[in-house]
Formats: sequence, C-alpha cells, structure tokens
Amino acid sequence: MSTTAETSSSTNLSGFPLGHFGEYGGRFVPEALVAALDELAQMHAQTQADPTFIAELDELHRTYSGRPSIITEAKRFACYAGGARIILKREDLNHTGSHKINNVLGQALLTKRMGKSRVIAETGAGQHGVATATAAALMGLECVVYMGEEDTKRQALNVARMKLLGAQVVPVTSGSRTLKDAINEAMRDWVTNVADTHYILGTVAGPHPFPTMVRDFHRIIGDEARAQALELTGKLPDAVLACVGGGSNAIGIFYPFIEDASVRLIGLEAGGDGIETGRHASAITGGRPGVLHGARSYMLQDKDGQTRESHSISAGLDYPGVGPEHAYLHDIGRAEYRPITDKEAMEAFSLLSRTEGIIPAIETAHALAGAMKVGNELGPTATLLINLSGRGDKDVETAANYFENLKI
Amino acid sequence: MSHLSQRLAQLKSENRAAFIAYLPAGFPTVEKSKAAIEVLVKNGVDIVEIGFPYSDPIMDGPIIQEAADIALANGTGASEVLEILGFTTNLKVPAVVMTYWNPIEQYGISKFADAIKSANGSGVITPDLSLEEAKPWISESNRAGIDNIFVAAPSSLPERLNHVASACSGFVYAASLMGVTGTRTSVSSSAKDLVSRIRESVQTPVCVGLGVSTPEQAKEVASYADGVIVGSALIKVLLEQSDFDTGLKELANLTKSLAEGIRQAR
Repeated sequence: MSTTAETSSSTNLSGFPLGHFGEYGGRFVPEALVAALDELAQMHAQTQADPTFIAELDELHRTYSGRPSIITEAKRFACYAGGARIILKREDLNHTGSHKINNVLGQALLTKRMGKSRVIAETGAGQHGVATATAAALMGLECVVYMGEEDTKRQALNVARMKLLGAQVVPVTSGSRTLKDAINEAMRDWVTNVADTHYILGTVAGPHPFPTMVRDFHRIIGDEARAQALELTGKLPDAVLACVGGGSNAIGIFYPFIEDASVRLIGLEAGGDGIETGRHASAITGGRPGVLHGARSYMLQDKDGQTRESHSISAGLDYPGVGPEHAYLHDIGRAEYRPITDKEAMEAFSLLSRTEGIIPAIETAHALAGAMKVGNELGPTATLLINLSGRGDKDVETAANYFENLKI
Repeated sequence: MSHLSQRLAQLKSENRAAFIAYLPAGFPTVEKSKAAIEVLVKNGVDIVEIGFPYSDPIMDGPIIQEAADIALANGTGASEVLEILGFTTNLKVPAVVMTYWNPIEQYGISKFADAIKSANGSGVITPDLSLEEAKPWISESNRAGIDNIFVAAPSSLPERLNHVASACSGFVYAASLMGVTGTRTSVSSSAKDLVSRIRESVQTPVCVGLGVSTPEQAKEVASYADGVIVGSALIKVLLEQSDFDTGLKELANLTKSLAEGIRQAR
C-alpha cells in the first residue's frame, strides 16, 4: 500500500480521478452537483501544472497574505513540554489570522477561471468565512457565508469582520446549529445556484475533488516548514503536530512529511469533555467509518447512521467528521490521532500566551496541548514542529468567560 | 418485474401518469404516518415513496427537514421505516424507500436490500449515491430483486445522463430543477427537456419530482412524464394543522385534487 495517500487509479465516468484514499473519500452527492465537481476537478488538475496560475497564486501569497510564514522557536514554552525543542510554524501571522487564506486564495482564483461570479462558504470559528469574505472582496466576487446560529454567538467578532468585508452572513438554524449544519445549508445553496456559484469548502472533507484540492493549496505550510526546520536544526523534526477538526491545517503540514518515515505525524482531535463522556468532536478516536457531506471517512454517528452532534469549546473543531485522507493515514498507521480535552487545550492556550507572548486560536491550542504531552514522552532530545494554525484574537471572549468561571 | 414496474406499465396502457406520493416514515409518529399513508392510497395515490428520515438531508428543503427532525426525535430508525414499508405494501400499493446513503451503509448493504424485499418493497431511491460509488448497491439490489432508482439532474451532460438512466430500474427519477425539495410557484421548464433527453437513452419510465405542489402543476407534468412525485406539499398540509385529524382531512382533499389533475392531463 502506498503511503502517498491518494489512490487515483480508479476514475469516474468522465475519466477524472475519483479521489479515493483507500476505502475513504469518493463522491456521495446529488447528481446535480456532479457536473460542477467534474469541472472543478478538471480545473484544479489543469492549474496545478499551469505556470501562469502558479505565478498568480505565488504573488498573492507573497504580496497579500504574507508568505512565507516564519517559524518561531518557543524556548520558554518548551520547559512545559519536557524540554523538547519546540518549533512553531506561524500560520497565525497570515493575513486574516489563520492558515485558511491559503486555500481560499487558490479556490477564489479557480472561481474566476471558471467564470463564476458568486462564492459561498461554510464557517465554524469564522476563520474560513473571514478568509473567504476577504478573497471575495479582493477579487470582486459576491460572497455568502453560512454559519451555525450557535457559532455566530460564540464568534461574534468574526461575524462583524465578514460583514465589514461585504459578505452576507446567514445564520443557520437547522439541526445542531453548528458547522455541520452550515455545510448542509451551503450544499443546498450550491445545488440551487451551481451555474454561477462556486462553493469554497474550507476543509479537506467533502466530495472529490475538495479533499485533494484543499490539501494541495495547504501543502505550502509543510513545504515551507520542512525546509525552515531543516535549516534551523540541520535535521528533520521527530514529530509534526497539528489540531484536527476537518483536518486542513494538519494535512497541509503533514503532507510533505509523509515519505519521511522517521517523522511522526500526530493529529490532535477535540476531546471536549472527554471521549468517555460522549461529549467530544473526535471523529477518528471516538467515531467509526460512514458517509457524511459527500465522502466516506470516520464520523460520529448512531447505530442507524444518523450523525451525532459533536462538542468542543473550539468552534473550528466542533465537527462530527474528518477529512478522508486522515482516515486513511490513520488506518495505515502513518499518522496517529489523539484527543485533547477542552481543559487541556485551555491550559495550553493560557501557557503559550504567558510564556511566548503568542495568543493562539483555541483550535491551535489543542496542538499545543498535544506538544506538551509528546514532549514529555520524548524528552529534551526531541524536536517537535507544531502548526500554529491561527491566532486567538477571536477567542478572547470565550477564554475570558472560561477562565472567569474557573476563577483563574 | 417489481410491483412498481407492473403498476407503471398498467398505467401506461391506460395512458395516464402515475401519482407518486412521498412521506417520511415516523412523521409525525409511526402510527400517524401509517394513517397518513392510508389517506393517500384511498384518495388516488398510485405509488408510495417512504422517506428514511436523516440527520443531514442536503437534497431537502425546510419542509422535509422539519418533518425528518420530528420523525428522528420520535426515534424513527431502520426498523420503523421497514415496518411502515410493510404496512404500505399490505395496502396493495407498490412502495419504495427513499434514503440517503449512510443509513444503508450502516445497516449493511446486503441486509438492507433483503429487508426491503422481505417487506415487499419494490425498490430504493438513493439521492446522494453517485453512480461511481453505486456498484456494491446495484449488485446487491439486483441480487435481492429490487429496483434501484437514481436521480437524474438537468445539469447532467449527455453521456453521463445516459449512464445514470441506464443504471435505473423501476423508473428514472428526473429532478425537475436545480435545487432542493420544496414547493414552488411553477414547474421549471427544464423538467420537460430532461424527460425527453432521458427517453432518448432508455425505455424505463421517467417520473418527475422536486417542486410539484399544486393540481395545475401536477397536471402539466402528467402530460409528458410517466409519473408525478409530490412530497413537500403533502407534508406541509400536515405540518400546518396542529390537530392531526384536521390535517388528515386537508391531506385527503389535496391528494384528491392532485389525483384529479393528473387524471385530466391527457
């Protein structure tokens, strides 16, 4: 079995790769979307090898979002991680404050190429919505963002940002009123308006080609970080860590390391109140394979295949599914996935703020909590590369409430 | 030949389109959904389509979503769906189940096909099972002797449409428009085009669904399609009445007038 995950030998009826990762991935969608997905897959494949497109995206990275993002060695934080060497890949410094912009700029360029004038997006924490609204403003596209009503309350600051950027934010009141329902609503919009609308899906989930395409737009994180870490330390890191909700920042930093057998890849899922309580968002650790939002992967579900609600303090990780490539990497043993509870994440959130002067997103804090555990397991000789996927400005209120309640 | 195919062939010989009605199983409760199905059958419905309520119905608009939520909150699962299917076929009317894919996969593909057959169900409509992923289901439904019905869309390119239509048995479900289920003020002109395009590739009957809600719309569709599928409009009647028995009376009236519209079409 190949470790470069996508097995693209199978093709669909139109001759495009089906996007299977072992038994995961694929395409489970209404027929009405198939033509658009085929067009998107074809456009993505073409542009991956098109020097004009590559140059255009590269210029946006350099002159708009601020790439390459730097790496920062976190020496004071390292004392709490078993003394291991801690290297942070600073995606929080990108324009709009997270890794999400990498994918959005790529898909917005594809939207223009396909001659579509309107983009829609789902958002949980609001980071992907803000990034999409930003790219839409930059490129003159109409933008509608679907956001669970629950999340519009948790992330009010990002709702205001999206509106300032000229996007329409639609609160979704169906189901659990979080990210999963926002995706449902975006899918319904897309089925209806597919002729002039592109759906900028924000993670490596969904039907083919999204998991592959979104990964390709985020692998720049890992490509840069691998070279930067080599330059700084003269060797590859012992482990690469990232938080996993849908899994876009994680696959972005993991992907260029997949062939480096010595490098452990560790994804940290949202453990909520703890896996044993059933109140969590850990699809791989606490779920089983099924089909959700157009692809087969691990997911939280009941015996009848009804999606179970996820729970996490982090809106961006509060999703009952996970990208199919992660499911595959888990099954073949190339990557490992562990849960981090809300409490552990918030401790790491506080600690990085106080030791390094960097307030991380609560999503990212799950990766930092994982680094503390893994650092203590591996000891001071180890080097850990952590994807600092987003900054925590949006979470200040959630954090204040959390620590206030705990009287810290 | 399934009961469904026999019924469609018989109606064709009578030069009339079939009236196919959709209701989610367990809405508003298991017993009440049985009562609603009886009303449908007594008032002119030819074929019943039973919905498997699902947590993430991306092809459905607000009406069916709400009904599905109510059914799920009442604990409707696979066994209730199958029970209602058996009840319906006992009324001597052909019935199919419409379900998103994950509930079939979790039940077990082979087991689900057998269970449909045991309840005398004619087949299953799978709105989110793309043809590329459908091989295991097609082979199991063929083995069990039930029809597999896929949804064709106006956006399907010719070669693709041919593949989708050819994979269908029983009938081809033609989505009248690009969009989700729900009531609409008019039937999209793309419906008629799609039906003729499908007929260029296959002999299988073609039934039209999505957005058909009034007797006038049903009559229009029945003039060219082999069957008219109505769902949201029927459910809306039940949702709007707080008293279920009043709702059933309204349902009977609407069903009767839809059936009349369809019978007057040709």
